[in-house]
Amino acid sequence: MNQQEVKDLRLPSSRTVAELEDTAYRLSRNILQMTTEAGSGHPSSSLSAIDVMTALYFGGILRYDPNQPEWPGRDRFILSKGHAAPALYAVLAEAGYFDPELLLTLREFGSPLEGHPNMRAQPGVEASTGSLGQGLSIGLGHALAAQVDNMAYRVYVLIGDGEADEGQIWEAALGAAKYQTGNLTAVLDYNKYQQTGAVNDVMPSLEPVADKWEAFGWDVREMDGHNMAEVLAALQDVRRVTDQPQIIIAHTLKGRGLSPFEGDAVNRKHGEPLDEAELATALAELDDQHATTVATALPDPDYTAEDLHGEI
Amino acid sequence: MNLGKKIGLEMGPPTRNAFGEALAELGKTNANLVVVDGDVANSTRTEYFGDEYPTRFFNLGIAESNLVGVASGLAASGKEVVAASFAAFLLGNAYDQIRMGIAYPQANVKLVGSHSGISIGEDGPSQMGIEDIALATSLPHFTVIVPADAPSTEAATKALFSFDGPAYLRTGRPKAPVVYPNGLEFEVGKANQLRDGRHATIIACGLMVAAALEAAHTLSEDGLEVCVLDMHTIKPLDQTAVIRAAQQTGAIVTAEEHLLDGGLGTAVAACVVQYHPVPMRFVGIRNRYAESGDPASLLKKYGLMPENIVQAVREAIEHKENNGDGELIIEFSNGEKEAE
Repeated sequence: MNQQEVKDLRLPSSRTVAELEDTAYRLSRNILQMTTEAGSGHPSSSLSAIDVMTALYFGGILRYDPNQPEWPGRDRFILSKGHAAPALYAVLAEAGYFDPELLLTLREFGSPLEGHPNMRAQPGVEASTGSLGQGLSIGLGHALAAQVDNMAYRVYVLIGDGEADEGQIWEAALGAAKYQTGNLTAVLDYNKYQQTGAVNDVMPSLEPVADKWEAFGWDVREMDGHNMAEVLAALQDVRRVTDQPQIIIAHTLKGRGLSPFEGDAVNRKHGEPLDEAELATALAELDDQHATTVATALPDPDYTAEDLHGEI
Repeated sequence: MNLGKKIGLEMGPPTRNAFGEALAELGKTNANLVVVDGDVANSTRTEYFGDEYPTRFFNLGIAESNLVGVASGLAASGKEVVAASFAAFLLGNAYDQIRMGIAYPQANVKLVGSHSGISIGEDGPSQMGIEDIALATSLPHFTVIVPADAPSTEAATKALFSFDGPAYLRTGRPKAPVVYPNGLEFEVGKANQLRDGRHATIIACGLMVAAALEAAHTLSEDGLEVCVLDMHTIKPLDQTAVIRAAQQTGAIVTAEEHLLDGGLGTAVAACVVQYHPVPMRFVGIRNRYAESGDPASLLKKYGLMPENIVQAVREAIEHKENNGDGELIIEFSNGEKEAE
């Protein structure tokens, strides 16, 4: 990156933990509303990921410019579990890539907000996903391009737990470890459920998942994927690792703890939005959650800006 | 294997070698070119590039799905990418990754599949790419190129980045007879007419171009003059050349080292039947897998010799002359024939 590019570099203003919690609350509402409006989609899979994605986009982690979606120096975020598209769209609208009004056109004929992300339809979408298992390889390609071009950008890939059934995830894990892509961070949205049942029933052998990634040569850490302070701290801290790809295992809830997605409904609601009555219940619960949330103080950082953003 | 010997064609290097050398040459002038390979670089010949430009070469191991995903990401970050493996494994193992990561986003990735066809010989059917053209042409936005010999493979390789978007280039393992000894005009999407004739047209690709030229020579000795087209680009098909052949010669035979389902013959037939129906015959692999053996024995057993093309041309001409009134022989894909 040349000096002018460094000067032009835009870090979106980072928000405090309390502000991020407020943002995640609003984006959760958007996810519920847009999927109910669309009449289809995967709200629970979107909700489990929304706190992590909020921290990435608004916590000062990702460098991006909605006015220059193709800016070569931008950090990349790839939603490998493409069925969580509503979460991506909610975040991109909040970031200024498009008018939030557009969210209500989710899945409509003619809308750029397709059922699963289409990078050619909507600027800001970095990869066309929806066929599971592929985003980590694509992210590795971006990370290797940064090595070839001597660029300082970082690549973040969000993968699902059910998605880790795919062999390609582990092919990518081997490849990233070989090339020591310190600029590649995966986040595993470990919401413990996949389409037809609990991960623990469908593919109990996913565990011990942390050990697997470690054995593959990755830097591994775990966090509560709904505790904003913890999420932000992990995303900041992971950038200090420069010679290894990293994975953060985010323990999350499919549906973010909202009762219409709990119990037997976890699976019934995998690919299904809430009806009007359930939506009202979920929104009311979200309001209660939000009112009682107390922002946790961030731990004191013991790293420099250079640690966070690499040599630029 | 001595295809084309009878008509004086010299045996040249394998098309995979020509690709590898052209790729290494491209690396010199195009600093943005990166190559990914699935641990078969000494077979696909991407090793020539890898040896020269190690920082732009990635051996991602025997993992074709990841290979293609990585190629997609590299292209999305602006690199010009060649991804290579055996035709069978690249198109077969990573088809969905190609669909999602390359065809759908129209990524500027050029796939190169070596060891195509049955002429790889002794390694047997598990290594033979005989469905690859069907798989590649099925994908929207793809350009599919099947060059005939080393000189045209070199030209095709150099043309890969003359256009933006996905492409598949098919190369072969054995030495290939040279049909373009004195340089050539090579334009993606434009067939080359190698021989003129009025009784029928043979439209061929890959190794079968040499076989077609030999067949045309044999037919000429019997007073039948047939046109020979090298249809090196299967997609987009040179429809003008096909329609002209149908109009001017009234009978068409296709020849390819690929399954008859979904290959060159299918593409040509779709054009012919739509714009200028004429009798057609198809030379290719008929609904079965081959076996291990020497290439010459395999080409003979599986019907890919010049005499198979000669026979097909005679049938097509006969059908044309009977104007459809003669005995119609329906040959089913299982090899059984039925007379109506």
